[in-house]
Amino acid sequence: MDRVVVVGASLAGLRAAQAVRASGHEGSLVVVGDEEHPPYNRPPLSKGLLAGAQSHADCVFPGVDALDAEWRLGAAAVGLDRDGRTVALADGGRVPYDRLVVATGCRARTWPGAEGVVTLRTVDDAVALGRALQPGARLAIVGAGFVGCEVAATARGLGCDVTLVDVAPHPLLPLGPELGGRCAALHREHGVDLRLSTAVDAVDRAGITLAGGERVDADVVLVALGGVPNTEWLAGSGLTLDARGGLRCDGTLTSVDDPDVLAAGDVAAWPHALVGGEVVRVEHWTTAAEHGGLAGRNAVVDPADRAAHVAPPYFWSDQYATKIQAVGFPGRAATLAIVEEDGPRLLAEAHDADGRLVGAVAFNHAKRLAAYRRRLATEAVAA
Amino acid sequence: MKVHVDMNLCQSHGECVFPAPDVFELGDDDVLVWKEEVDESRREAVQAAADACPMMAIRIEG
Repeated sequence: MDRVVVVGASLAGLRAAQAVRASGHEGSLVVVGDEEHPPYNRPPLSKGLLAGAQSHADCVFPGVDALDAEWRLGAAAVGLDRDGRTVALADGGRVPYDRLVVATGCRARTWPGAEGVVTLRTVDDAVALGRALQPGARLAIVGAGFVGCEVAATARGLGCDVTLVDVAPHPLLPLGPELGGRCAALHREHGVDLRLSTAVDAVDRAGITLAGGERVDADVVLVALGGVPNTEWLAGSGLTLDARGGLRCDGTLTSVDDPDVLAAGDVAAWPHALVGGEVVRVEHWTTAAEHGGLAGRNAVVDPADRAAHVAPPYFWSDQYATKIQAVGFPGRAATLAIVEEDGPRLLAEAHDADGRLVGAVAFNHAKRLAAYRRRLATEAVAA
Repeated sequence: MKVHVDMNLCQSHGECVFPAPDVFELGDDDVLVWKEEVDESRREAVQAAADACPMMAIRIEG
């Protein structure tokens, strides 16, 4: 087993490559990435970097230069030949492998046919959007998920006029109606023109047209409708993708079809003990970091020694002065009930239909949330 | 070795607390407290804590 190839050069890919070396692999290690940039941290793209408080250089991960790897950046993977054990690149290159880690992440979902509107996924996107967010600029956002809400908050801080539209009845769907309602109130208090339960008919560079014909004129239009897994390049490889493009893996992040192919981060669809072994796909920072470390290790150890990923997902969102943190699977819960509230602090527990704890959400309550993380980690292991 | 945390970056995610609970702790006010001087034997755990920080706020010196 001489050659390990990691496809994807963001957080999951970087951590995978680091874990490959940390686990003692002395053969070749190639990291392929579609962007020209070395791996950088994405959470600041909707917050500190967008606001101008952080630069691109501030967001580059440390340790990239110290890693003994060959980097093939600016070269997207376009095909996988499992019989020939090679990855085909857009620049015509072919990279042979013995073990492959797929960590190609997601790209931003776009609005079909809309030209001149922006999405936010890469540092180049963030720099361009930041330039457009001048005081007084009118920003219209389609989609009140994590990216839409965070950009709305950042843009209000920059003095922009913000209209935020979503067809859902509340922002941040996984948080449920009650906490989502708190989030809606937060945006309205800060002067966002929030249009909920509002469908969008058309999107163009000069604004959006709501169902019913009302027009929202804007200087900048951001489409923030979530991510699409970058797995099209695996078509024809014989690897099983789920209905939403996730690469089907077992608990050890190994492809269900091929023991020499593993996945990490946004693209991995794997069974999670905390939800009874249901297959999940998680697009959060911490999961990408954990997956990378585990998939990199699993790729080079004896296959019999591969470990499973059991940690409960953790995610957060910073909006204005409110820190929203969640653990587990609140979006899949049967009930999500507030168990404690004290001024700006709030704690909610998520239970499944059998009354089992499957998640928790905190507003400005970091230490308490950490306690839930410990508890859910133990329950996932026990399940 | 010395452990630095940039408190302008720290957002109290508490990620560092899991790999190195003997070094990092969230106070009752959710503000991070940590040991600045840490024994060499804990380097791997502190590096794991630095890698786990989504804000890249933790730096090891020495």
